Amino acid sequence: MQHATSRHFKKNARRALDDAQLQRALGHVKKNFVERRAAAAARLPEFEALRDRARDIKNHVLENLDVYLERFEAKVVANGGQVHWCADAEAARQTILRICRSVNAKLVTRGKTMIGEEIALNDFLEANAITPVETDLGEYIIQLRHEPPSHLIAPAIHVNKEQVAETFRAAHTDLDPKRPLTEPPALLAEARAKLRSRFLAADVGITGANFLVAETGSSIIVTNEGNGDLTQTLPKIHIVLASLEKVVPTLEDAATILRVLARSATGQEMSVYTTVSTGPRRADDLDGPEQYHVVLLDNGRSRMLGSEFREALRCIRCGACLNHCPIYHAVGGHAYGWVYSGPIGAVLTPSLIGVEEAGHLPNASTFCGRCESVCPMRIPLPKMMRHWREREFERHLSPPAARWALRLWAFAAKRPALYRLGARIGARLLKLRGGQSGRIASLPLAGGWTAHRDMPAPEGRTFQQLWAERSRP
Amino acid sequence: MSERPARVGLFVTCLVDLFRPTVGFAAVKLLEEAGCTVEVPRAQTCCGQPAYNSGDRADAKAIAARVIAAFEPYDYVVAPSGSCAGMIREHYPTLLADDPAMQKRAQTLAARTYELVSFLTDVRGMSGVTARFDGTITYHDSCSGLRELGVKQQPRKLLATVAGLRLAELPGAEICCGFGGTFCIKYPAISDKIVSEKTADIAATGATTLLAGDLGCLLNMAGKLKREGRPIAVRHVAEVLAGMTDIAPIGESKAE
Amino acid sequence: MSDTRGQILGAIRKSLRREAPSPQMQAEIQARLAHPPRGPVPARGQLEPRARLELFVAMAKEAACTIVRVADVATVPSAVADYLARENLPAKLRVAPDPAVADLPWSTRPLLEVSTGRSDGSDEVSLTPALAGIAETGTLMLTSGPERPTTLNFLPETHIVMLTAEQVVGGMEEAWDRLRERYGRGVMPRTVNLVTGPSRSADIEQTLQMGAHGPRRLHIILVDGEATAEP
Repeated sequence: MQHATSRHFKKNARRALDDAQLQRALGHVKKNFVERRAAAAARLPEFEALRDRARDIKNHVLENLDVYLERFEAKVVANGGQVHWCADAEAARQTILRICRSVNAKLVTRGKTMIGEEIALNDFLEANAITPVETDLGEYIIQLRHEPPSHLIAPAIHVNKEQVAETFRAAHTDLDPKRPLTEPPALLAEARAKLRSRFLAADVGITGANFLVAETGSSIIVTNEGNGDLTQTLPKIHIVLASLEKVVPTLEDAATILRVLARSATGQEMSVYTTVSTGPRRADDLDGPEQYHVVLLDNGRSRMLGSEFREALRCIRCGACLNHCPIYHAVGGHAYGWVYSGPIGAVLTPSLIGVEEAGHLPNASTFCGRCESVCPMRIPLPKMMRHWREREFERHLSPPAARWALRLWAFAAKRPALYRLGARIGARLLKLRGGQSGRIASLPLAGGWTAHRDMPAPEGRTFQQLWAERSRP
Repeated sequence: MSERPARVGLFVTCLVDLFRPTVGFAAVKLLEEAGCTVEVPRAQTCCGQPAYNSGDRADAKAIAARVIAAFEPYDYVVAPSGSCAGMIREHYPTLLADDPAMQKRAQTLAARTYELVSFLTDVRGMSGVTARFDGTITYHDSCSGLRELGVKQQPRKLLATVAGLRLAELPGAEICCGFGGTFCIKYPAISDKIVSEKTADIAATGATTLLAGDLGCLLNMAGKLKREGRPIAVRHVAEVLAGMTDIAPIGESKAE
Repeated sequence: MSDTRGQILGAIRKSLRREAPSPQMQAEIQARLAHPPRGPVPARGQLEPRARLELFVAMAKEAACTIVRVADVATVPSAVADYLARENLPAKLRVAPDPAVADLPWSTRPLLEVSTGRSDGSDEVSLTPALAGIAETGTLMLTSGPERPTTLNFLPETHIVMLTAEQVVGGMEEAWDRLRERYGRGVMPRTVNLVTGPSRSADIEQTLQMGAHGPRRLHIILVDGEATAEP
């Protein structure tokens, strides 16, 4: 499993809040992604209907997941490909290693896939004397920097161009150290040239899959760069690494979901490259891989299917929830401490790595609901975060002080007379503490509030009190 | 405007009860103007949302049962809060799903439960108020009201009829203020970052008064504005609509 | 490993609270796969052929394609030569072996150096045919085959695609229909590329740049019998 720091969420968040460079980048996320998605949605009258249909398609698939996976597998095999069922990360890693070793692979190009992060594939390949090279520009940058991705679709969003230049100078040691590298075009040109030679030299290309199509036994990837295509076309072997829930029934179903994917992610009508791959090259093809392998990963999905978190399996990894989340805007992706960040990260991470490790994530939410309002698959993210909070409550995983405060509140809330008395006392005491100014600058037990803002003082008497007086003749 | 009398049970909300009864009285005034008779069930305490959002389903259910019992005699339940009205309307039925009889009662009550301003416009057909308020205000859309109950145009519609009032729209009005109930206590640094961006947006509008429909949000934003020393007054929208703005704004005293 | 397969399928069924799917369910799913139902199809692309064509042109341009129209397929070599000259690109071209492009009258532009085959990365410009154009988004559907190597779509910096007016359909669903007509139901080529504009990335400081790994330029030559002059 990819190493997680989710239990240090608060510390991670603090670091993120103090990182001026990150905060600038997050400011762009808050503005650009939000505006673009809104514009794309407004431009397509059928957008809401497509969201409904996309949700229904995925629900249908999940309800029949075994059948669709079997159909998919049969079609892959009929087209000359192979399907490998892997229960967990270790099985997936070993399977990929075995395939790589079968052709003495030394160099592996990687198209972007979160599953690769989930199973910590790159470190494993390197430990086994195989060089993996991320080819998505953002992933390449963070690979060189030994950092995890900070955003679902823009993994290097936290890195500025000076940092990219610094990273390239340190890594591309064969190039002239005096070369100018200050502007994005120069950086892009250098990355393009470097990666071009890797594409051409790679023995194995590993991509993810946005969709696995049961009808045809195909995998679909969606990119803007074309790196996924070069990854899967040039080497001898194409490995598709995908989790179980990626399957959709037909090409038409893929079309429906594709219509909401790019629009929700970046506001584009279509990503530049949507590629449907089916099996290895055909007998007379002039290019294409000789072998096509699909590594189907469970890693907790089959269990999630039977849980109250099933709906999270509809996720198509568009990133809209992150792009609209006030917490993500404040702290960025690294703070979440694992592969998936933002609202979907808050729901998935405890499921995949355990709620003891990831317990903070579903708690660090205001339940503003913006995520759910933009999710193309209509996943009820706040509801599922609340389910995690219920599980934590049942297992006494919440901090004791918070638990006690809540039990006390609930105790009073069930006893109106006691509650009214407590409220009257509280209103009076807080009003006194507010003094002349009408606000309180510091309050014991409410340090979390008063550290950053004043507490307005109450009027001094409760509504119930005043209402009772008003009603008396 | 509808002339049919309606018996409204006012759900005061714990924050209004404790911090700012004026909002409750403003709600009563507006409801009476809209032709309702208003009663305030004495047995009410809290809608149960703190327990619910903390994962304490058992307490949330117990509290919900009490709220249902206290309010089901009324034609309508109205709360000056999208968050509490949303809790009753959107969440009580799911919360009580494993007790069909209770769930039925919850559904019946939910169908009659409203946030104050949208009740006035959408149910009672109120198209304007007679209040006066001189100054430029800006309006924050509280998340629950906005996303659970669709409260967006209604307060703007009524505010447009307040004599002397000018509305400067808040960029990012629909962005969360960072209150989130227990969130602001559990994750204060993140909450502070969120509310700081909100107060910066508010100040940039040039408005001298901030309004919203939820006291939790208002206490949060007012507390931050005061700490930052920004001279922006904060009130609940009901105070302005009811013409009850004699009282000092939130977090201020008459002396200021 | 077949027992992992069994384990995973078993875990799925356990979660779905049922045993293996019933024959009826299997039949329903089989029917769905054989006759795929469509979701909501945006009205945008559902136009009469001329209007559809204009929409395709507009959307392709929006996606940063360049596009020229020719009335007669025999003038495509000239259109290619003129484009290369305009863009200051060498008069050298790697063409897909597909007769639709390979058998064009290249001799009409003898200074153009034309070869056919796949790309090995050393070609600057390629020319391929398309199977369809999708008006809704300005997208080209390109299919691989012995005569249409995929490398031509990605390795050269400049990719030119020949598209005919008749090939332009409204939405993706109609493009899938064209694909099925061409190959037969359930039969696919190794690669179907849906291409919407040139390659791009905004990964460096959110600055949008063309030519990330794939072509920097995507030029479409639209063969439209009713074309009068270039747009």
